[in-house]
Amino acid sequence: MDVISNLTMDERRRALLILLVMALVGLTFAAAGHGDPIAVHGALVLVLSLALAFPVMGHLYDPEPSIERFNAYYDDPSKVGVILTFVWAAFAMFVGDWVAWLMVEPTWTTGSAWSSFGRLRPVHTTGVIFGFGGNGLIATSFYVMQRTCRVRLPDQLSPWFVLIGYNLFCILAVTGYLLGITQSKEYAEPEWYADLWLVIVWVTYFVLYMRTLARREEPHIYVANWYYMAFILVVAMLHIVNNLAVPVSFLSAKSHSLFSGVQDALTEWWYGHNAVAFFLTAGFLGMMYYYLPIRAGRPIFSYRLSIISFWGITFMYMWVGSHHLHHTALPQWVQTLGMTFSLVLLVPSWGSAANALLTLNGAWHKVRDDATLRFMMIAAVFYGLTTFEGSFMAIRSVNALSHYTDWTVGHVHAGALGWVAMITFGALYASIPWLWKRERMYSPALVEVHFWLALSGTAVYVFALWNAGIIQGLMWRTYTENGNLAYTFLDSVVAMRPYYIARALGGLLYLLGALAGCLNLYLTIRFAAPATEAASRKPLRDGLDDAATQPAE
Amino acid sequence: MALGERDPVTGYLTTGHEWNGIKELNTPVPRIVYVFLSLTTTFGLIYWLLMPALPLGTTYTKGLLGYDERRVVERAVAHAEAERAPWHEVLDRQDFASFAADPAAMQEIREAGRLLFGQNCAACHGIHATGNTGFPNLAAGALNWGDRPEVLQQTIRVGVNSDHPESRTAQMPAFGQDGILSRPEVDAVIAYVHDLSRDGTAVSALAHPAGARIFAAQCAACHGADARGKADVGAPNLTDTTWLYGGDLQTIFQTVWYGRQGHMPSWEARLGARNVKLLAAYVADLRTRQP
Repeated sequence: MDVISNLTMDERRRALLILLVMALVGLTFAAAGHGDPIAVHGALVLVLSLALAFPVMGHLYDPEPSIERFNAYYDDPSKVGVILTFVWAAFAMFVGDWVAWLMVEPTWTTGSAWSSFGRLRPVHTTGVIFGFGGNGLIATSFYVMQRTCRVRLPDQLSPWFVLIGYNLFCILAVTGYLLGITQSKEYAEPEWYADLWLVIVWVTYFVLYMRTLARREEPHIYVANWYYMAFILVVAMLHIVNNLAVPVSFLSAKSHSLFSGVQDALTEWWYGHNAVAFFLTAGFLGMMYYYLPIRAGRPIFSYRLSIISFWGITFMYMWVGSHHLHHTALPQWVQTLGMTFSLVLLVPSWGSAANALLTLNGAWHKVRDDATLRFMMIAAVFYGLTTFEGSFMAIRSVNALSHYTDWTVGHVHAGALGWVAMITFGALYASIPWLWKRERMYSPALVEVHFWLALSGTAVYVFALWNAGIIQGLMWRTYTENGNLAYTFLDSVVAMRPYYIARALGGLLYLLGALAGCLNLYLTIRFAAPATEAASRKPLRDGLDDAATQPAE
Repeated sequence: MALGERDPVTGYLTTGHEWNGIKELNTPVPRIVYVFLSLTTTFGLIYWLLMPALPLGTTYTKGLLGYDERRVVERAVAHAEAERAPWHEVLDRQDFASFAADPAAMQEIREAGRLLFGQNCAACHGIHATGNTGFPNLAAGALNWGDRPEVLQQTIRVGVNSDHPESRTAQMPAFGQDGILSRPEVDAVIAYVHDLSRDGTAVSALAHPAGARIFAAQCAACHGADARGKADVGAPNLTDTTWLYGGDLQTIFQTVWYGRQGHMPSWEARLGARNVKLLAAYVADLRTRQP
């Protein structure tokens, strides 16, 4: 329990206070919400808070930590965040492959309500986006902001509050779906109380980031921090607006949205597409802008290109959500705006991808030899591919073919598997030896295996669903000479079977890769050789710290 | 901006900043970025001029092309209606017998009917109309309410035990659960019913005299004294090999003990009279084509 002893006495007291308040809130819901599923969540919060409160109480009167701590970056939350990232990856990708097989063989469930497709699918999406992606972003953002600001985190309690609080939100979300709790908004399924909790956690995250930036020792703010900041700030805004709702009662898990009808649809997709923009793009671009140049040992290709790409992406994405509602009840002029801004958006998106790939000039031999750097390179390639595909699908006439088909699912996974997860795995494989002060990952060969499993899995998945989606779209619009539709919907479902099998196999390859990563993480923490002093670089305080041990491979 | 050293690989200067070892080159933005930015922006502006694009309080700019998707769809629908009017005329005017005599009409019925059936009926009756437990096989075998095209048309139109005011209604009572028959009586009558399709009424009655007596008292009102069913009340023939729920003893026991209240929706409101008629002709044709 070094982690708790390393908190100051004051921080320990505050942590205990927070945990006891949470336990009390949990107890209230558990006791008063009888008959409502919110009681289960109350009990869950109660148990988890107490499980953390007891060790804090046990170490409450430990001596103050050494003053030496100010000479090193504070990396404990990043370490736990990295482990959680891998845990969520294994769990959520497993559920993802399960639901992929359910599309092939719908009887492969337990028969209970919790294992129905409709409940498992959001467990997968929330698990990978928020569980895996979110923990990866939080863990790396703590790491990156300290290094690029050359300052230690302003306190030791708020990063823990952010990390643990965020994971509590993810657990409430995922267990809620299994219990049947959902507000039925895609990627915003958690109900009002979980949403309120996330607001508290997220504002703390934002304040923590601002405080770190305000205390920075570097004269300029590095571009990775702009992206992380955009991610934190805009996600807060999106989350609050889209989840405005009135609970049926304060002891009920059910709420009703402030919006209805087409306004609700537009708000939802303004949220949904900006979640893609600021959660799945801006945050991970922040990751890319730190780990790719460091790992490649190359300067960023163009500072100016990063600036115009940043502002291009930030401004343009805000408008494009309506391209999810082409040819619907949404007025056509709103669709026009969504489509035209989506087309302009391609330029800054490719600007960022090009900036990443051109940064590798002079380091391509490292890309060949180093799977970690290759993860990041392939991520940039898929980022470029996916943003092109996205702008293309936002054209109304293209969307008329692609909408409601599996092409959309294929597009999302080109981005999620090819870009988001690849850059995350690259960044994690770079961070793990630095965080645990190891020479390198325990098994570089296993990283190589992971890379090829991930790449082949992505390729199989994406090609399968491109074919599936285009065939579906064509089947739905093929007429006979007499003016009858040539195929029923069921015909198109039957035609999907081979592609669904291929998709599930692709997902399986990807899952196996992630499991190889989990194994390698464990082996590295347990058995890898410690880093030598010579490999250290750029300590927080010269000569005193080895926290920033970064072997320049 | 103070510039730093020159990068040996690209020959560009750095910006002079460094963050934990990361430097940035001061490379100018490649010209092609500006070219594409101008091209896409110009396209967007022209598109805004031509198409509905900008909000103006209670209305919006309609665009120079005057393109209105709602009107486009309305016109396409009207066009398709006009094109199909002669065929609709045939469908509305002719009766089922003349369809069967008209190969062109039959071809259209098979094509359009397959689609209508696949979109609306296949979920329960299966894509080949061969049925599932509780949902009759429409392609072959006996049908509870009869299988003349006019009868099929009525069944599709109003449904069975549906909320349509003219709905066909049929209730198999829960003889055991509701205490109409005792357990030994139920056992006796299901033994009799079970053997009907194999042995016929006479032989089965010899084997199960008690069951036959109970059948005559309780079941014959709907299923007929000869157990051949009555299509006008939707009571199935129990002497044939067609079973809606299953002809094994266990299933017959379930049926007699707990009763059955099958459900088929009314399709009149959803499909309209013309498509209901078309579906009836399609199903009738399907049955003639089965071996």
